[in-house]
Amino acid sequence: MDEDAAQMQKARTFVGDTWRQFRRHRLAIIAVGVLAVIVLGVLIGPAFWTLDPAYIDIAAAYQVSSPEHPWGTDNLGRDTLARVLQGGRVSLAIGISAMMLSIFIGTVIGLLSGYFKLLDDPLMRMTDIFLSLPQLPLLLVLSTLFREPLKAAFGPEGGVFILMMIIIGGLQWMPTARLVRGEVLTVKSREFITAANALGAQNRRIIRYHILPNVLSPVIVAATFSIASAIITESALSFLGLGFPPDFPTWGRLLFDGKDYMTITWTLAFWPGMLISVTVLCVNFIGDGLRDALDPRLHKS
Amino acid sequence: MSKYIIRRLLTAIPTILAMSFIIFAIVDLSPADPTGNLPLTIPPEVRAKIRETMGVNDPFVVKYLKWLRQFFIAEPANLFETSTGITLPGSEDRTRIISYQTKGPVMDIIAERLPQTLWVVGSAYILGTLIAVPIAVFSAYKQYSLFDQVGTFTMMLGFSVPTFAAGLVFIIIFSVNLKWFPSIYDTTHVVTDIKSLQVQLRQMFMPVAVLTLFYTAGLSRYTRSSVLDHLQQDYIRTARSKGLTERTVVTRHAVRNSLIPVVTLIGLGIPGVFSGALITEQIFRINGIGQYLIIAIQGGDEPTMQTVLFIFAVLVVLFNIVVDVIYGLLDPRISYS
Repeated sequence: MDEDAAQMQKARTFVGDTWRQFRRHRLAIIAVGVLAVIVLGVLIGPAFWTLDPAYIDIAAAYQVSSPEHPWGTDNLGRDTLARVLQGGRVSLAIGISAMMLSIFIGTVIGLLSGYFKLLDDPLMRMTDIFLSLPQLPLLLVLSTLFREPLKAAFGPEGGVFILMMIIIGGLQWMPTARLVRGEVLTVKSREFITAANALGAQNRRIIRYHILPNVLSPVIVAATFSIASAIITESALSFLGLGFPPDFPTWGRLLFDGKDYMTITWTLAFWPGMLISVTVLCVNFIGDGLRDALDPRLHKS
Repeated sequence: MSKYIIRRLLTAIPTILAMSFIIFAIVDLSPADPTGNLPLTIPPEVRAKIRETMGVNDPFVVKYLKWLRQFFIAEPANLFETSTGITLPGSEDRTRIISYQTKGPVMDIIAERLPQTLWVVGSAYILGTLIAVPIAVFSAYKQYSLFDQVGTFTMMLGFSVPTFAAGLVFIIIFSVNLKWFPSIYDTTHVVTDIKSLQVQLRQMFMPVAVLTLFYTAGLSRYTRSSVLDHLQQDYIRTARSKGLTERTVVTRHAVRNSLIPVVTLIGLGIPGVFSGALITEQIFRINGIGQYLIIAIQGGDEPTMQTVLFIFAVLVVLFNIVVDVIYGLLDPRISYS
C-alpha cells in the first residue's frame, strides 16, 4: 500500500508511463540498443573510418576481407565499409523522411475525415482508391517516369532523393488515415469534446488540443512500422535498378551492385543486405514494443 | 445478399473508372519516350514519324478513350471470339491494345506469362497459408512457451528480411556453395515425365521457399494475435466451464472465430499473387507478369504499363468485394440487408 502511495505521489507522464511498459518488452529493448549502434555508426562512423568511399584502387579489388578493408572491396577496389556507412545515411534518411510525409498526410486526412462529416465520404473514397492501386508496380513506374524532370530541377542526387521520399511517402499514408479516422470517430463522441464544444471552443482548437493528443498513440506505432517499410521499399527500388544512381550508394543499391559478384566477393552483397535486414528487424521490434506499451488494454498495474 | 453484391459491383464501377484514369494519366503524362531505346542512328524526323504511327501525339482524351474502348470492348470481344470460335460483327476493324516494344497485343503476352507467375507465386501463397495457420494457432495457445518465442522471433525475421536479401542468401547457400538448386528459372522447361518433374520442382524450390517464408511470416503474425484476442474472450471461459474438452474449446470455438479476419487477409492477398512477386521474379529470372512490367518500364512501353497496372487495380477492387461477401457469409453478426 505504501508503495502504491509513493507511486501516486510521483508525477506520471505519458512518456514515463510508456517507457515503464516498453521496458518489459525485452526484444524491443535489445532492438533499441542494436539500432542505436547502427544509427551512431552511420552518423559518426565516417569520422573514424576515414577511407574515401569513392576512392578507386584497382590493385585492391575483389577482396573479401583484409586488415586494410575489413569488409572487403568491390570490383573497383572501393572500400565496402566506407560505402556501407555512407549508404546507410541515405537509406535511413529516406526511411525517416518518407515516414514523416506519409504520417503527415495520413494524420491530416484521417483527422479531417473523422471530424468533419461532410469531408468523410469523399476523403475515404479517395483513400480506398489509393489503397486499390497496386503499390510496388506503381512505385516502379513513378520512379522511372518522373526521374528526369526532378533530376533537372534538383540535381541528380537531390532530385532522386525527393522523388523517392515523395513516391514512397505518398503511397503509404492510407492505413494511417483509416486508423486516425477510426480513433477520431471514437474520441469525438466522448463527453469532454461535448464539453469543449459547450465552452465555445472552435474546431481548430478542439482538434489541436483535444483530439490530436488522444489519437497520438496509434500514430506513433504506425510511424515506427512505416519507417521499416519505407526502408524496405527504397532498397527494393534500388535493388531493381530503379532507385538511386550507381555512384550514389544506398544499402539497396550496394546490394544490387554486389549481387553480380557474389561468387567472387560475397561480403559485397552480405553487409548491405545484413544491415537492411537488421535495421528493419529492430524497427519492427521497437514497433511491437511500442504497440504493447501504448495499448492501455494490455497494461498491468 | 445478391442485392448487396449487385450494389457493391455497381459502386465499384466509378472506382474502377477513376483508377483507370489515374493510371492512364500518370503513365501518359510522364516524359517517357517510347523511341528512347531505338538505335541512335535513326534521324529525328524518322523518330517523329515512328512516334506518330504509334499514336503518341494524339490528344490525351483521344488516347484515353481509345484505350478504354480497347480494354473494355475490343479485348473481351477478342477473348470471346478466340475461345468460342464465333466471329462477332465488326471484328475486322477492332483494334487491340498493342505494345510499343513487341508491336504485338499486350493481352497475348500477359496470357503467355501468367502461368509462370501463378505457378510459382501461387504455390508459395498456398504453402504459406497452410504453414502459417497451424503454427500461429499453436503459438498463440502456448503463449510465452519456447515454441511461441522461437516461432514469433522467426516470423519477425521472415517479416523483416526483404525478399531480395533472403533470395540472395538462398542463392549463395543452395546454388553457389551446395549446388543443389539452379538459381535461374527455366521457363521453356516442359514437364513430361517423372524426371522432368523433378527438374521443375528443383527449379521452383528457391523462389517458392523465399516467398513462402515471407507469406508465412506476415500471415502467422496476424493469425497469432487474432487467436490470442479470442482466447481471452468470455465465451471461451464459458466453454471451458461447461466441461468441454480443451481440444474442442480451441478448435471449435477459439480458432473458428479467430480465423474469420484471417480469411479476409488471405483474400486480400490474392491479387498480389497475380501481380507476381516482382522482386522474386527478378532475382530468379522468372519471366512472369512482374518481370514483364519491369521490362515495359525500362522500355517506356506505355500501353503495356497502363494495361498491366490497370489489371492489377481491377483485381484488387474485385477481391475486396469478394472478401466482404465471404466475411458476411462467415460472420453471422454482419448482415448486408
